[in-house]
Amino acid sequence: MSVELVGLALLMGLVTYPSRALPMLAPGLERLPAPALEYLRLVGPAVLAALAIVSVSVVEDPSGAQIFHVGIEWAAIALCGALTAWRRNLFVGLVGAVILVAVAREAGIAGIPI
Amino acid sequence: MTDDAALGESRRGLAVGALGIAVSAGGFGFVYGLAARDAGFSPVEAMAMSMFVFAGAAQFAAVGYVASGLAWPGVILLTALLNARHLLYSAALAPWLRDTPRPRRALMAHLLTDEAFALSIAHFERLGRADQRGYWIAAIGSTFIPWNLATLAGVTVGAQIPDPTRLGLDVVFPAAMMGLAVGLVTGRREVVAALGGAILGVAVSLVGGWGVGVVVGGLAGPLMGMAVPRAASPPVLPPDSEEGLP
Repeated sequence: MSVELVGLALLMGLVTYPSRALPMLAPGLERLPAPALEYLRLVGPAVLAALAIVSVSVVEDPSGAQIFHVGIEWAAIALCGALTAWRRNLFVGLVGAVILVAVAREAGIAGIPI
Repeated sequence: MTDDAALGESRRGLAVGALGIAVSAGGFGFVYGLAARDAGFSPVEAMAMSMFVFAGAAQFAAVGYVASGLAWPGVILLTALLNARHLLYSAALAPWLRDTPRPRRALMAHLLTDEAFALSIAHFERLGRADQRGYWIAAIGSTFIPWNLATLAGVTVGAQIPDPTRLGLDVVFPAAMMGLAVGLVTGRREVVAALGGAILGVAVSLVGGWGVGVVVGGLAGPLMGMAVPRAASPPVLPPDSEEGLP
């Protein structure tokens, strides 16, 4: 059984821990400059949205080139976002997205990305 | 109402909230386990992520990065960026936990998630003081245990699922990212940061590759958001952070 990625998990944990612990352990650091706080507040939506949209929009063709892709996955993530906002429950959104894609592919309406 | 009665009532409210979060964390963790297995993670590797990183968005992102062949330094940088928001949560909880022994705070910090923060800060505010047991309920009961058990189930039982793509499971990662992004939007600045980050991310990805695009989008999106005038009503922020914002 592979354990190579355990090292990556440890390093990811190491870079995550300071942001969780520093203000709690050194209270003086809880007062970051206002622009830094505002930037950090916006990092979450920006990174997560970039991950979501890039994941469904950019695929690699057989020659290895990055190409733009539009498919049922777009509708699925839009549905997940809408359901999550409406029900305030991410799990509901995920279930809705998966069902939409599974049904569309089973019905032959949508294909599987490259 | 006596202090004991208030504590009991607030803990009951906390338990109800924690139950809902636990169901969500269980489902999400199971899907993470499936995605990790699909990306080639062994059960030990998937569990190590859930134990040591314990951050759903970063873990899902790591699955995508590893599957796409992104080098470790890129994965680590993006993890740090993606998890930087915990600074705000930690700063907001710090005044409440000032009297908690430092070693205990160090352990509490590792278990700090979006969910643990939301549940515990609401509990503390209801009580008007910190409640360590309440924090453990929020952090361990609602998230850590369900998340790890569900990861184990997903990464092991997932082997019985022959074609995850046919079942639509390939869309779980981007859908989860979108759902988490939506959950963090409280005003037009977040909307602009999200849209800007996504559009720039796609544009750069088409030229420079998936990993580069996400990094550029994630770094530039917040700057675009900050260029937008703030709405009349301020965003919902942790109490200490709110004072320092422009």
